[in-house]
Parts: sequence; C-alpha cells; structure tokens
Amino acid sequence: MTSTVATPATKGGRQAPETSDRAKAESRLAAKLVAPALVVMLVVTAFPILRALWLSFYNYSLTAPEDKEFVGLSNYLTALTDGLFWRDIGMTVIYMVVTVGVELVIGFIFAMVMHRVIFARGVIRTSILIPYGIITVVSGFAWQFAFTYQNGFVNGWLPFIDDQFNWFGDTVPAVIAIMVSEIWKTTPFMSLLLLAGLAQVSDDMIEAAKVDGATWWQRLWKVIIPNMRAAIMVAVLFRALDAYRIFDNIFVMTNGAVNTESISFLTYRQTIEQFQLGMGSALAVLLFLSVLLVAFIIVKLFRVDLAQARGEG
Amino acid sequence: MSSSAPPPRRRRRRRSLAAATVLTCAAGLLTACGGDSGKPVLTWYLNPDGVEVLDGIAERCSTDRYDIETELLPTGATDQRVQLARRLAAEDDTADLMNLDPVFVAEFANAGWLEEMPADTLTDDTLEGIAETVRWDDKVYAAPLWANTQVLWYRKSLAEQAGLDMSGPVTWEQVIDAASSVPDAKVGVQADRYEAYVVWINALIQGAGGDIISDVEAGKDASVDIDSDAGRAAATVIQQLAGSSAAQGDLSVSREGTSLPAMYSGPGEFMTNWTFVYQNYKGLVGGDITEEDFADLGWARYPATVEGEESKPPVGGIDIGVGAFSKHPDLALEAAQCITETESQVRLAVDAGLMPATQSAYESPELAEAYPADLLALFQESVDQGGPRPKSAYYATISSAIQSVWHSPESVDPDTTPKESAKFLSEVLEGKALL
Repeated sequence: MTSTVATPATKGGRQAPETSDRAKAESRLAAKLVAPALVVMLVVTAFPILRALWLSFYNYSLTAPEDKEFVGLSNYLTALTDGLFWRDIGMTVIYMVVTVGVELVIGFIFAMVMHRVIFARGVIRTSILIPYGIITVVSGFAWQFAFTYQNGFVNGWLPFIDDQFNWFGDTVPAVIAIMVSEIWKTTPFMSLLLLAGLAQVSDDMIEAAKVDGATWWQRLWKVIIPNMRAAIMVAVLFRALDAYRIFDNIFVMTNGAVNTESISFLTYRQTIEQFQLGMGSALAVLLFLSVLLVAFIIVKLFRVDLAQARGEG
Repeated sequence: MSSSAPPPRRRRRRRSLAAATVLTCAAGLLTACGGDSGKPVLTWYLNPDGVEVLDGIAERCSTDRYDIETELLPTGATDQRVQLARRLAAEDDTADLMNLDPVFVAEFANAGWLEEMPADTLTDDTLEGIAETVRWDDKVYAAPLWANTQVLWYRKSLAEQAGLDMSGPVTWEQVIDAASSVPDAKVGVQADRYEAYVVWINALIQGAGGDIISDVEAGKDASVDIDSDAGRAAATVIQQLAGSSAAQGDLSVSREGTSLPAMYSGPGEFMTNWTFVYQNYKGLVGGDITEEDFADLGWARYPATVEGEESKPPVGGIDIGVGAFSKHPDLALEAAQCITETESQVRLAVDAGLMPATQSAYESPELAEAYPADLLALFQESVDQGGPRPKSAYYATISSAIQSVWHSPESVDPDTTPKESAKFLSEVLEGKALL
C-alpha cells in the first residue's frame, strides 16, 4: 500500500509541472481504496432503501403473502390523507423542537463549564458525559420508574404535584416525562459538539474584545457565538435528525398510549406489529423524506455551508 | 529494558491460553449441536404459563430418537406473536413446536407457517369450543393443549341480597341491575385497551347471535358484521355497565388481575373471568380470606347478552403448532401428539390450573379431587359451547381496530359505536385507513 503512494509522490517531485499526473494517480488510488467500502455501503444501505421503496407500492401483509398486490401510490395517499399520520408528524415536531431547544441551552452551559473548569477537569467532564454512555432503553426504564406514582420519586420531589399524580395517564404529562428522559440522555452529546466549537474560538479575539471594554455578555454574543456558528449548526442538525426519529423512550415509557406516538412509532407498528410491509414501507419512505426536509431547513436556516462546518473553511 | 521485557511475553501466553479456551468451547459447542450420535433436538417455544409442568412434559415426551428442548417466549401475547412470526417468516428451521394462542392459528396457517396435523388430532373427545380454534380452511393446523374459558364468578351472599336467582341462566342486564341495587357492589370485567376487551365484546356479540366479521376465509374481503342488532346489543350492555354504579372505578384500565380484589371487599362483586380464579382465591384462604368467605364464592355460566338466547362464553387456551420449516416435521408431529395426550392435560390442570381440552381429561379422578364437580362440569360445558374470536389471517388488525373505536367503555353508544367501528374496520382492512 505505502509503496503505491510513494511512487507517484517521488515522480511528482522530480517533474514539478506534471502535478496533474500525480493528482490523477492519487484519485485513482483513492477510488480503489474507497471501492470496497462503497460496495458494502450499497449492499447494506442502498438495497434495503430501494426494497422499501419497491414494497411501498404494494399492499403486502407478511401473514397473507398470497394476497400481495400492486397498488401504486395508494399507500402514500392513504397515509397523507389520514388524520393519524399528521397528528403523529405534529407530535414528532414538538418532540424535536422542545428537546433540541432545551438541549442547546443546557448543552451550551455544560460546554462552557467543561471548557473553563480549572480544577478536577477530568472528573467534571466525565460526570457530564455519563448519561450519554447509557443506553436509551435503560434511560427510558429508569425515568419511567422515576415518574410512576407507585414507586417513583418525581412526585415526592415536586412540591406542586400531587403524590398520586399519574404522569402516564394523559398526553401532556406523558410527553413531558418522555422529553425529560430524552433530554437527560442526549444533552451530553450536544455539549460535546459545542465544546469542540468553543475550543475553536481563538483566545486572541476574546482578549481583544476584553481590551476594547466588551462586557462578558457582549463577548458571548458578539465574539464567541458568531465564531462557533458552524459547530452549533452541526450540533443542532445532528440532534434534530436524531430527535425527529425518536422511538426508544416512547416505546419503553408509554408504548404509544395516550397519543404520545411519533412517526417512527407509527411506522414500527404498521411494519412489526401489524405486519403491513407495504404500508410500513410507505411510511418509512415518508419518514426518510421528512428527515431530508428537516436537514434542508436547518442548513438553510443557519446559512452555513457544510464544508465550513467540517472545519475546512 | 529488562523490566519491561516480561509483560509482552506474559501477555502472549495469556492470549494463546484464551485462544485455546475459545477453541475448546467451540469444539464443545459443535459436539453439543451435533447431539449424541446425531440425535435430533426439537425446540419447543413456550409461553410463560405453567412452564414447570411443560418442562416436565418435554422431558417425558423425549424419546431415544429425539430430545425436546424448551425455549421461553416473551410474556405479552403480542410480543409472542411477533417473535414467532418473525422466526417463521424467516423460515427458521429450529421452530419445531410452538405454543400458540388460539387467535394466532388462522393467521399463521394462512401464511403457510404451520404443518398440517393428522386427521386424528381432533376426536369426539376434544371439546368443541377449542377444537374450532385449530381448524382453518377445512384442515387442522394445531393440536389443543389446554382450554381456557370465562364463567361468571360471584359472591353467593351478594346474589341473595340482590334477590338474583342464580339457579338458571342470567343476562348481563340482570347482573348489572342486581349489583347496582346493592351499595358498593360491583361488576368486574376487562375493559382496558387490550385483547381481553375484544374477548368481552366478541362474547357479547356472539351471545346475541352475531359476529364481528363473517366469511373470514376471504381475508381482507371478509364481511364486516359488527354494525348489526347483535353489535348494538353488545354496545347496550357496555353502555349500561359504564353508566351504572356497579362499574369499577378503574373500568377503562381494568384487566384480569385488577378486578379480583373487589370480590372480598364490601358486599363483593359479579365478575366474568378465566378459570384461574378458583385456584387464585383458594390460595388466599387462611391469609386474606377465611374458609367461610371462600365457601361464599359462587360460579355460573357466562351471562347471556339477550334474554332467551344462550351465551357464548369466551374460549382461550393454548394450541400446539408444528413449524412448516422444521427439519424433522414427522418427529415434531409425533412429539405434539405426546405433549397433548390426556396425562399431560391432567398434570397442567392439577399442577398449574390450566384446564384440559378433552372430555377424558376432565373425567380423570385427579381433577375431581382438585376441583368441585359442578365447577368442572361448568368449565367443560363452557368450553364446549363457547365461541371463538374471529378466525382470520388479519385477526391482529381486526382486534386493534375494534379496540381503537370501542375504547373507552364510557364512550360506547349503541347508536354510533357499532356503525363507526364497522366503517373503520372496513377501511383498515382495505388499507384505506391507518391503524
């Protein structure tokens, strides 16, 4: 491997003007190196995606394989004209906006703490990151126990809540419980990404602003945040796409009862529980398209080009 | 240098030791897989009811030609169905024997996942209610292992106080009126948004001579019959109970277990529930209840939906199916026959409280010792004349669609609920509405 790389490099060094040859050889090599990974990617991702697309045009139940029939776009029409689909989309957007919003604020505070802390740095950074190391399903169970009135502590700790209050009996409290679990578990991820952004902000600029007499608040808003816009955008984008696909916490905590289900949950129910592979696939395709839309909106909203976000700018 | 040299060697030695261990384990596994001199192993998937007894049966039915090993399925019926279906859809050849809830049989048989059973699986000895659950398309696809049914459990003193004559058949209306006439008396049912609520609705509709759907073998094109006089009669009963003082406080989340305690608090209750209730209360004697309390427990046939028409008690239980992709279908069929024979059924009834599916098992002296004679007769009659839930390849869809419209019981209205649920069910079956 190394010898292949070395040959064009030495050749390029001797014949300075012919760098294009070297570039060509390099890109050819790159293509060869990437090819196996690309093939694997196509097999494990493109195939299922195309198959889901294909299945979505059928009325196909796993338990009645002989009744499989081509129905064209009928599954999409059914889904898009059904009130349940839009209710679940609305619910999903609420989950996404609220959890990402709260995580951004708390995550930023945590990032500042991790960035500035002078004593016990390792301990503090580690303890902030611990929840992210916990599996979402476990977090879901832990918070479900915490919120149940039979044996949980939440009712006891909140002074304005009745001890017998059932968090999972109605939509709003159940959604709050699910969001708390989601936020607790993923805020560390947000703060980790923001910490990387904070580290990129040059101390010189902050020093200069200080010399010019900027207050702490002005430095934050005029120097630090504008200079880490790319990092914020990556953090928000990653988390928003993750939050849009919320499933585990809902599955564990309410199993979709009291109207808490998200679009992923609806897709799961059609495919796995009802065995409706056609309708399930159509919903999965719609989920995929709406994730793309969310990504597009966020990229446009922050007006940041991704090359810059990757640190190439 | 000299101090840093040993560790790598030690590490290497440890690594080769680990490799040797892995090899030994793998070799051990291989021999285990191959079995002693290639003796086939049949895997039997169990639902977690009476597991100890079933393990004993697996041991007894293992022969010198094959061994039966048991695997446990998840607790919930939905999860059991999903796990079995995913194995079978993937043509898993280790799914030899399976404990099936009766409502899975049609769905699985229709998908071609179950081996057809020999003609003599069902005999005159098999109780009709459970026999009906294993037939699909004029063939038999599973063997009944045990049969469950619901009866009306009540406190004799409560019936007396309310002036309800329990010597003949009673109707739901009479039961609800009787309980309402006594302060704090309740009528216990299962009306949470889950399968047992559909069990209740189905029994009410069948009791009025109707069906949720008919022509079930047409699959998606089955005729939806819930919007009928029978459907309205069922809705009337639910509405009457939900609006009466006899309704449990937690009616909309009531399950088999939650309706039990009301029997011995205050004046007691009338409760429709499965056969396990007898052993359950018997176990409380000397603790929560006295011998006298237990003697006050009465039982009667499932209440009728309409006066003069015989009730159709719910039928449950477990059927044994043989996987269509099994490597040893002949041996599995043979094992299924052994598993379901009378001796096993008696053991299940006596040791685990899971009642038999055949008349001969009901007549065993051991059973007569464990249960009162009139209760055994009632169970047997109840299974024999009971009504199964719709046998359809789309049962899971049908059940969820019914639950989604008929829940909560407080919202049931005979004028709108049957009509609405018929429309929704048709749309869902045609793929025109999301569930």
